[in-house]
Parts: sequence; C-alpha cells; structure tokens
Amino acid sequence: MSTTATTTIAHAVPPEAGPRVFLRRLRNGDEVAHVLTLIFAAGILLITSLLVYELWANSHLSRAKFGWMFFWTRTWDPIFDNFGAAPFIYGTLVTSVVSLLIAVPLGLAAAIFLAELAPRRVSDALAFLIDLLAAVPSVIYGLLGIFIVVPLMRTTLGPALKGALGFLPFFSGPNYGVGFLTAGIILALMVVPFIISVSREVLLTVPREQREAALALGATRWEATWQVVVPWARSGIMGSVFLALARALGETMAVTMVIGNDPRISASLFAPGYTIAAVIANEFTEATGDLYLSALIELGLVLFLLTFILNGLARLLIAATERGGGRPA
Amino acid sequence: MSSAAYGDSATAAKLAPQVRMMDSPLAVSPKEAPVRFQISHLDFFYGSKQAVFDLSLPILANKITALIGPSGCGKSTVLRTLNRMNEMIRHSRFTGEILLDGQDIRRLEVAGLRRRVGMVFQRPNPFPKSIYDNVAYGLRINGYTGRLDNMVEHSLRRAALWDEVKDQLHKSALALSGGQQQRLCIARALAVDPEVLLLDEPCSALDPVTTAKIEELLFHLKDGCTIVIVTHNMQQAARASDFTAFMLDGKLIEHAETSRLFTTPSDPRTEAYITGRFG
Repeated sequence: MSTTATTTIAHAVPPEAGPRVFLRRLRNGDEVAHVLTLIFAAGILLITSLLVYELWANSHLSRAKFGWMFFWTRTWDPIFDNFGAAPFIYGTLVTSVVSLLIAVPLGLAAAIFLAELAPRRVSDALAFLIDLLAAVPSVIYGLLGIFIVVPLMRTTLGPALKGALGFLPFFSGPNYGVGFLTAGIILALMVVPFIISVSREVLLTVPREQREAALALGATRWEATWQVVVPWARSGIMGSVFLALARALGETMAVTMVIGNDPRISASLFAPGYTIAAVIANEFTEATGDLYLSALIELGLVLFLLTFILNGLARLLIAATERGGGRPA
Repeated sequence: MSSAAYGDSATAAKLAPQVRMMDSPLAVSPKEAPVRFQISHLDFFYGSKQAVFDLSLPILANKITALIGPSGCGKSTVLRTLNRMNEMIRHSRFTGEILLDGQDIRRLEVAGLRRRVGMVFQRPNPFPKSIYDNVAYGLRINGYTGRLDNMVEHSLRRAALWDEVKDQLHKSALALSGGQQQRLCIARALAVDPEVLLLDEPCSALDPVTTAKIEELLFHLKDGCTIVIVTHNMQQAARASDFTAFMLDGKLIEHAETSRLFTTPSDPRTEAYITGRFG
C-alpha cells in the first residue's frame, strides 16, 4: 500500500521540478497557512488595542482633571482650560439621528423598488450608480452642502418647516442655514447609498419560495413584499442601517463645513452645533497647552466608545428580533 | 371574496358556482364529476421559448389529478399557470383558455384567484414565524374576522399535524422537521379554504415514510377540494391519484384514469415512460 503511494508522489513531482514546486507542496502547508492567517487576524486585534491604549494614555491629563464630569460639562473654553464633551456628544448624536430619520425610509424604499419592482437591468444600472455615489469623497458632499443645501435651508426649506411645524421646539429659533438639520441632511445624502446598496443585495437573496408562498395565499404584491420579503431580510437591512450610523457618527469633513461649529446644546435643529469628529479636526493643529490637547484626545476616546456602544446595542437588537422569528442564520 | 366561503370546509363544494361538463376530446369517463378547471389549447411561452404546446385538459372536481413526465416537460409550468403564479416571471405569457368553474382565470382578480386556488411548493417554505402565525397568515391578509383559533386548529387537523404541534403552536415553524413543515404548508394553504389545491412535487424533499403520510392526507382532503399534483415519481402518481396526465416535451401525451393509464396505456410513449425506458 505504502509503496504505491510513494510511487504516485514520485510521479507527480519529478525531481527536476525545482524549489518552486517544493515550496508549493510544502508538507506542512496547512500549518503554515494557519499560522500566517492567525498572525494577520491577531494584527487587527493588536491595532485596535493600540488605538485604545494610545487614546487612553494620551488623555491622561484631561481625565485626571475632569473625571466623569467631562461627559456632562457644557463649556469648551481653551482660554481658561475648562473642557467638557457634552455639546459635541449631543451634536454627534443629533446629526446622526436626523440623518438616519431621513436616510432609512428613503433608502429602504429605494432598495425595495430596485429589488422587487424595477426590471433587473434598470436595477443593476442604478445599483452601479449608487455604489459610485458611496465612493464620492466627503469634501464634495460638503461643497454640495455649502452651495446648495445651506442656501436652500435659509431661503426655502427652513421657513417652510418653521411655518408648518414652528410650534415644536425642534423648529423654532433663528435659522442661519447652517446647523444640526443641514448637517443631518448632508449626512443622510452620504449614508443613503450604503443603505440602498446593502439592503438591495439582501432583498435579492430572499428565496423566491417565500414570496410565492405569500402570493399563493392571495397576498398582493405589496403585502408579500412588506410582510414576508422585508421581514426575512430584516437583519441584513438593520446591518445596512448600522453601517450607515457608523459612517454618520464619524463623518468629519462634510459635517464641519455645514454645522456652524459652535459648541452649544440647543433644542432647535436650526441652531448651529458641533460634533466630536469636527472639533478634533478643526482644533487639533491649534491646540496649545497640554490639557487642551489631552481633552481633544479624550474626545477621540469618547467617539470610539460611542461607536463601540452603539454597535453593541445594534447587535443585541438584531439578536433580540431574531429570537422572535427564528430564521436560521 | 364572500365571507361565506370561509365556512366549514365541507360547504366548499356546495358554494362552488355553476360548473359545466367537459367537452374535451380527451374526455375520460367523467362519472358525473363536474369539471373544476378546463384547460383548452394552452400554449405557454417563456420569452420566445415555447414550453407548453396546445394542451387541453379537464381537472375534475374532488379528484386527484397527477401530472407526470420527465424533467423539463412543462408539468410545473402547467400547474403554475392555474393560479397565475407564472406571472411573476418576466416575459412569460400564455394563449388559450383556462376556465375555473366556467370563468376565465384571466378575468378574475389575481389575489382572489390565488385564494381559491392554493399552492404547496416543492421545498417546504414556512414563513419564519410561529406555527400559529403561519396558518393564520392567509386568514389575516384576507380579512377573516371570525375566531382565528378555531380555523387554525381546523386547518392543522385537516393537514394531520394538529396532534404533533398542538402544544407548541407559538414555537417557530422552522423548528419542525421537513415533513412537518410540508404539512404545515398544506395547513397554511387549507386555512383559506381553497377550492383547488396545487402541489408541485410536494414530496421530493421528503423521506418515504413522510411521503406516505402526505399521500394519505391527500386522499382524505379530496372530499373538500380538488387536488392537482405534479410528481416525477410514478409510483406516487399510481398510488395517490384518480387521474393521470402524462406530458412529454411540452405536449400532453395521454390523460386517463390512473388505473387505466398505468395498466393499459394507449400511447407507446406513455408505456415507454411508465416502464422506465426513459426519463
């Protein structure tokens, strides 16, 4: 038996084949591949840990001075060295929430159209354009904001909202054109391609049998889509939303161009504000004094934590909704 | 969609509108059974490719009709034309006439047609919901206002699944075995009390014991509704059906009472197929 095997191998690898074949057929190839991929995977973990460590270590001064109050303090005063993260956390959360409120219905509706109703060729062509849209640099969206959305907000959209919904605190107060709402709209434009693109892909993977099962019971096409196809794709759609949220939380350039850059907490969406990412980008190079720099680095840590916590919550949410339906993963 | 149609399944036959006797050249001793579906000169096309050629076939009420033939012969296409499920496929169309209780199915509202003509698919396809919600789905979308609990139990009993699941109605349907899932799909289809039940190779993914269970179930169901079953399994057609139609390359070769078709086929191609010489 063993002789046969040896003969076969000898035929497969002629002695004159040289070192390249030897390398390819390395006896322990599997182990080598295992170790190599393990090293790369561990690298990811290492980079993440280093990132957190650096943020933690370099924000030491700020943490020592402000402690937990850093989260609640509403002032940001480089002259008297008094720093608090509250306005930036608020600005980051509000702009992200506004953007998702706009982008999720828009993106989901577009994805449903592309996956369920549009002819396949139209759908593929549009999906290509949408992927292009996702690749546009954010500074371009910032310009779009400055030249189109800000004037529009000042002259048309803002007054219209104020007229219709002015009794709500969100739509009261002076309207400068720049502010939370404008930033939210720009963010929505930036994240909607992610939602459309991923949701469409997920909707296309829903088995035809599921759709047909509903139709065969006398469901209309819309009922089949909304009650069967979309719930089946639910976790994937949520994934796309959290991808969008992650981008909205961290987006810097476009936001800083249209938000007004004013560290204030205001109920009104017309008011100017500030986000964590924007303030780090704007003030890092000008930060004089160790405490100032340390506070900015601690803001970075806060943004990291915020992303981390929201992602964790998202996963819990997906797990919770999955348990009810019980679709196999 | 009258609410009366939702009553006890036994009343379904009484509620059926006027039916007419068949006048097909393939008429096979109707024995007073009324015709539920009358397919006349059906030509079916996927784009420019023709899949079914000039097919005429009566489907008798309260009988089990089996469509047999080798893969790709068009039997599933014919089945899926009966509830217009093929409309989901772009560029498909058919010519000819299909009458359900004397009405052209193209003139019927499609959701209403599909409520009257239920369907069970090749692979069990329960929704990722609870057993209860699966059965109740069709009732809910059709605006059933009576006691859902009663209808769910009744449907599960008709599908011979009640005893196995009565204590776990709110568990996920996906936790059931393949055979249970397929019977759940039958219960789901029966819940809206269809006049016709179409089955597209319902046992091809199941083991022989489960298959036997489903065949027995079909035998009991035919009192309440008309059954059309597509199968590639000739033994199944021979065991479970009253009438058998044999198709080849998109054409109907022979349609006869099952006992006659399997013992004394009149066409040599039918004989070749049932004796296993091809397909």
